[in-house]
Amino acid sequence: MRLVGLRSALAGPFDLVIGHGEAVAISGASGSGKSLCLRMVADLDPNEGEAWLDGRPRAGMRAPEWRARVIYCAAESGWWDASVGAHFQPAQQAAAAALGERLGLAAELFAATVARLSSGERQRLALIRALVRAPAALLLDEPTSALDPASVARVEALLAERLGAGLVLMMSTHDPGQPSRLGARHLVMHAGRLGPP
Amino acid sequence: MNPILLTPRDLAVSALLLVLDAALSVSLRLGLHRQLGVAAARMVIQLLVVGVILHRVFDAASPALTLAVVMLMAAIAAREVAARPEQQLGRFGNLAVAGSAVAGAACLTAVFALTTAIRPVPWYDPRYAVPLAGIILGNVLNAASLALDALLGSVVRERAAVEAQLALGATFGTAMARLARQAIRRGMLPMINQMSAAGVVTLPGIMTGQILAGMDPMEAVKYQILLMFLLAGGGALASVAAVLLAVRLLTDPRQRLRLDRLRPR
Repeated sequence: MRLVGLRSALAGPFDLVIGHGEAVAISGASGSGKSLCLRMVADLDPNEGEAWLDGRPRAGMRAPEWRARVIYCAAESGWWDASVGAHFQPAQQAAAAALGERLGLAAELFAATVARLSSGERQRLALIRALVRAPAALLLDEPTSALDPASVARVEALLAERLGAGLVLMMSTHDPGQPSRLGARHLVMHAGRLGPP
Repeated sequence: MNPILLTPRDLAVSALLLVLDAALSVSLRLGLHRQLGVAAARMVIQLLVVGVILHRVFDAASPALTLAVVMLMAAIAAREVAARPEQQLGRFGNLAVAGSAVAGAACLTAVFALTTAIRPVPWYDPRYAVPLAGIILGNVLNAASLALDALLGSVVRERAAVEAQLALGATFGTAMARLARQAIRRGMLPMINQMSAAGVVTLPGIMTGQILAGMDPMEAVKYQILLMFLLAGGGALASVAAVLLAVRLLTDPRQRLRLDRLRPR
């Protein structure tokens, strides 16, 4: 994935190349522009510049097609139905349950209501919801902020496995150990610009 | 059977009830007598002016004048619809949505009724066109403002849910479908309530008026049924139009959710 001069009135420009199997972890103070940057890559906020995936420009794809291949997971996950199961297509249910088991989620959770989930359960289910759609790139906004250390390790192991299979990963994190545990290139966001740590 | 015509003295006698209201307000210290007086005076003046205008318009029987009166009524209705929601689409977005939805739905319904069911000669005879447009506009106003307020309110509340679907590759139409459906339902509910309560809980105003004016109850009932169908049709059209237009203004060619275009009132 290649970002060329990606910018909005609030953040950027961002120029970045992330290869298949490579991870970039962005840290930085709250409000420095980490989420804005990830949302811009997903094309969820108005922005200028260009993004490329596997040699194809974003402007040449319909926006939903781009977002299906470059999936953004917000720090606060959104749910559009009362039941957890409704967020997974029938063909994805089995894969979702298998990933749930790996992340320490009970199978009953998929039959539960969203309102009953803890914030940590929501965070992991939102990640699973993205992974079962088999994106080429993942944009994760603080994906382990609500998790206990054991769950963090499970999520990181799953991400490392997907990286091994060629996933492009871009994430924000407040966990100082996370970039090195994931073998990620570490960048720091400061006042809407990316720089070395 | 001829209607019993009212004289100014009849009206003066009924105004005694207002004096009673005022006396109650003073003796019970409700503090309402000034408002009551102003509201009553406004009502009398507004209705007298409308009566004079309608008299002139009916006598003139000019298509241009009839159209002008109906357009003015539609513009006032559109302004009401646009002003109601707590959230406002910037750059006159609410006015554009409300204007198209209200004028479009009311015109379609009124012209449909005038050319099929009622058929005055000519079909734009102001004696039929103006009151018909008025009652349809009133209901369309209600439906469109409820639907628009529901949509703009829910999209702000459920931003995360909509964006979660967009982020997973859903089209904007898919991501908004649930909220749009809820908003359209909201706009149409009062109409359904009105139809199911008609005659049992309420005697509709038009029917009451026609019976008092000397019409046979069965004929008045037929008119009322026709009107109810027209109002249901107009209300549904207006709700759907207002919601679909507002959904379009909430997105851009990249199918983003553009809440930056909303301003709290």
